[in-house]
Amino acid sequence: MELVKNLMVILFTGILTENFILTRFYGICPFLGVSKTTSGAAGMGLAVTFVMIGASAVTYPIYHFVLVPLHTEYLKTICFILIIAAFVQTVEMVLKKHLPPLYNSLGVYLPLITTNCAVLGVTILNIDNGYNFIESIFSALAGGIGFLLVMVIFSGVRERISRCSVPKALEGTPITLIAASITSLSFVGFGGIVDGIFGG
Amino acid sequence: MSCMKEFTKGLLKENPSLVMLLGMCPTLAVTTMAQNGLGMGLATTFVLVCSNLVISLLRRFIPDTVRLPCFIVIIAGFVTFVSIMLDSFLPELSEALGVFLSLITVNCIILGRAEMFACKNKVIPSILDGLGMGLGFTMSLIVVGSVRELMGTGKIFGFEIMPDFIEPMTIFILPAGGFFTLGCIIAILGVITKKKPKKIGCENCPSRAACKSYAGGTGEEETA
Repeated sequence: MELVKNLMVILFTGILTENFILTRFYGICPFLGVSKTTSGAAGMGLAVTFVMIGASAVTYPIYHFVLVPLHTEYLKTICFILIIAAFVQTVEMVLKKHLPPLYNSLGVYLPLITTNCAVLGVTILNIDNGYNFIESIFSALAGGIGFLLVMVIFSGVRERISRCSVPKALEGTPITLIAASITSLSFVGFGGIVDGIFGG
Repeated sequence: MSCMKEFTKGLLKENPSLVMLLGMCPTLAVTTMAQNGLGMGLATTFVLVCSNLVISLLRRFIPDTVRLPCFIVIIAGFVTFVSIMLDSFLPELSEALGVFLSLITVNCIILGRAEMFACKNKVIPSILDGLGMGLGFTMSLIVVGSVRELMGTGKIFGFEIMPDFIEPMTIFILPAGGFFTLGCIIAILGVITKKKPKKIGCENCPSRAACKSYAGGTGEEETA
């Protein structure tokens, strides 16, 4: 029971109160760049979720069974970024060969993900927070779902903005950032919800 | 003379975060205090100058097809060096920057300069380019950090500035305030320089060479 509760806390914290985009500021570039249409936002969100879970699953054993026994923990940044790059490349090749429809919808976003700070961020956070393997997977899952959720919500906001007349000085990027600010405010409302449900 | 131009272009005309809109994650995340902005900016500048130097030296030896992984490894090496140094000499700053110190590795400013400048130019211009871009980034972090710290706590660099009777607005310290402040600063800069800020998207993205949506010319949602 304790384990389930623990995982639920990680899941809800990651999705709502410690949202990757709006609270932790990981992956702002895709958040602002690919959120013009709902389909693009959903595709990017799904691709990021998948790569985050995969990267967490691969980096955990490598950190604990290779880097720690060799006392080379300080190499984790170099090591993780290489693992992520290789993982993304592999996923791209496998999808291209065996699942062409999925490749056509998600494939275009994959090369962008290597330099997405959400992926490197979640792997380092898992190590810093001392999560075990299952907790790491859940924290990646929560981060990914939170990322997807905010991307889709925000793409709706942007489609609405594109039909409004905006003051000339604010056109383009500034109004997008201010809209993001208001979206972020709405997530502040979730503060304390995790403690409320699971009793801290 | 032309070397000076490489240095000054990064400060204002091609300021990486306020004009080119690169490296938005640290610009928003660490700027709750002007001091953290300064620390993050200087750490990034150091990595940028060193990686530009090394990549420019190795530009004839790195094969074109695997250049991005090579650049990332060089950058990650310097990031590791900086984070070990900060851990031992400035533990408070290292604590405040947290994960974002390691995330300098995937900062698109550094990879972007490597891809667009250092791998095509001689050593001295590359160093100056890195220095200019880094200081421009540091300046914009300090500006955003100062505005947020002043509005949110009434202080700048920890010194009391606001008179007592003005209540600080905590919202500016929250993430929402970060987006809002950055949006306003970019808008003001656009009005002053009478130039529209660059669109966020493919044009400045370091990964665009590897990206199908750009090469195929179908990257409508990013460039629109």
